[in-house]
Amino acid sequence: MNEDEMMEEGGTIKKFLYVNRRAPYGSVYALESLEVVLIGAAFEQDVSMAFVDDGVYQLKKGQDTKDVDMKNFSPTYRALEMYDVEKLYVDKASMDARGLTEEDFVVPVEVLSTEQLAELMEDQEVILSF
Amino acid sequence: MLHTVNKSPFEKNSLDTCMRLAKAGSAILLIEDGVYAAIKGTEVEAKMKAAAGDKKLYVLGPDIKARGLDEGQVIDGITVVDYGGFVDLAAENDKVQAWL
Amino acid sequence: MPIEVNGKTFETDEEGYLANLNEWEPDLATVMAKEDDCELTDNHWEVINFLREYYDEYQIAPAVRVLTKAIGKKLGKDKGNSKYLYELFPYGPAKQACKYAGLPKPTGCV
Repeated sequence: MNEDEMMEEGGTIKKFLYVNRRAPYGSVYALESLEVVLIGAAFEQDVSMAFVDDGVYQLKKGQDTKDVDMKNFSPTYRALEMYDVEKLYVDKASMDARGLTEEDFVVPVEVLSTEQLAELMEDQEVILSF
Repeated sequence: MLHTVNKSPFEKNSLDTCMRLAKAGSAILLIEDGVYAAIKGTEVEAKMKAAAGDKKLYVLGPDIKARGLDEGQVIDGITVVDYGGFVDLAAENDKVQAWL
Repeated sequence: MPIEVNGKTFETDEEGYLANLNEWEPDLATVMAKEDDCELTDNHWEVINFLREYYDEYQIAPAVRVLTKAIGKKLGKDKGNSKYLYELFPYGPAKQACKYAGLPKPTGCV
């Protein structure tokens, strides 16, 4: 398939929210979510990502996986902007519970209160959970 | 006896149950996502400090590094070990219980 | 199928992408290109080197749309367009150039 053809899907633009709730290396959810987001970006939808519970750990700066022999995929979150995925949200309650702050993350994020996050979810057309 | 816990304390109750059922003097080693419990400044810190009173607590260094955490952030009373240390703990103890 | 270059053997996957990207060397790209009847010019190398830097930075092979945009930013508008890139890499700039650069196939390419 011609690589450009993937983008020629017509149709309306929908609001997609990917909800990430798992830590990065203990299970495959975080990496799978990231791959789905990158693949889905070709369809040019209105994409947001929310990081909730242990999902906030995905964005932690300074990951170094060479001693555990796994791929460090945290640099890839910095490429999301080039895929036009620019809306990254972090749940404040989850961040606080883990002693993290905005400065701990590899990308700029918007920190949301419980009410704001609930509102964001309400506002979506498609929600994908990882 | 050596207990290992590989689940995040924020996601599963494996660590809580391990703490409840592990006898005083036993060793608990945090690995994989279990290492998040060893870090200062989280909601589980107080629980870990209390457990350090009568149990020997360890955490696997390479898993801390992988997650972007620093050995300097480990709660006082928890010992950081490498893979060699993991092997030593397994050898020193008569049995290992893995809390998954 | 393994590829022989300068007396060394390089493992590849079933589609010819290098198995271990750390093993990559420039001669490997030349040999892979020759198998596709493609002679690598400076313009090809510019894209190949760009992809290696991109991977180093972000740990992914970019999708073609992202590659085109990023090349445009770095090397100018006359190079940051699909026509130019498809002329260099007729099998698809992301797919073919990534292969020569020793990267995995771009995420989302089937």
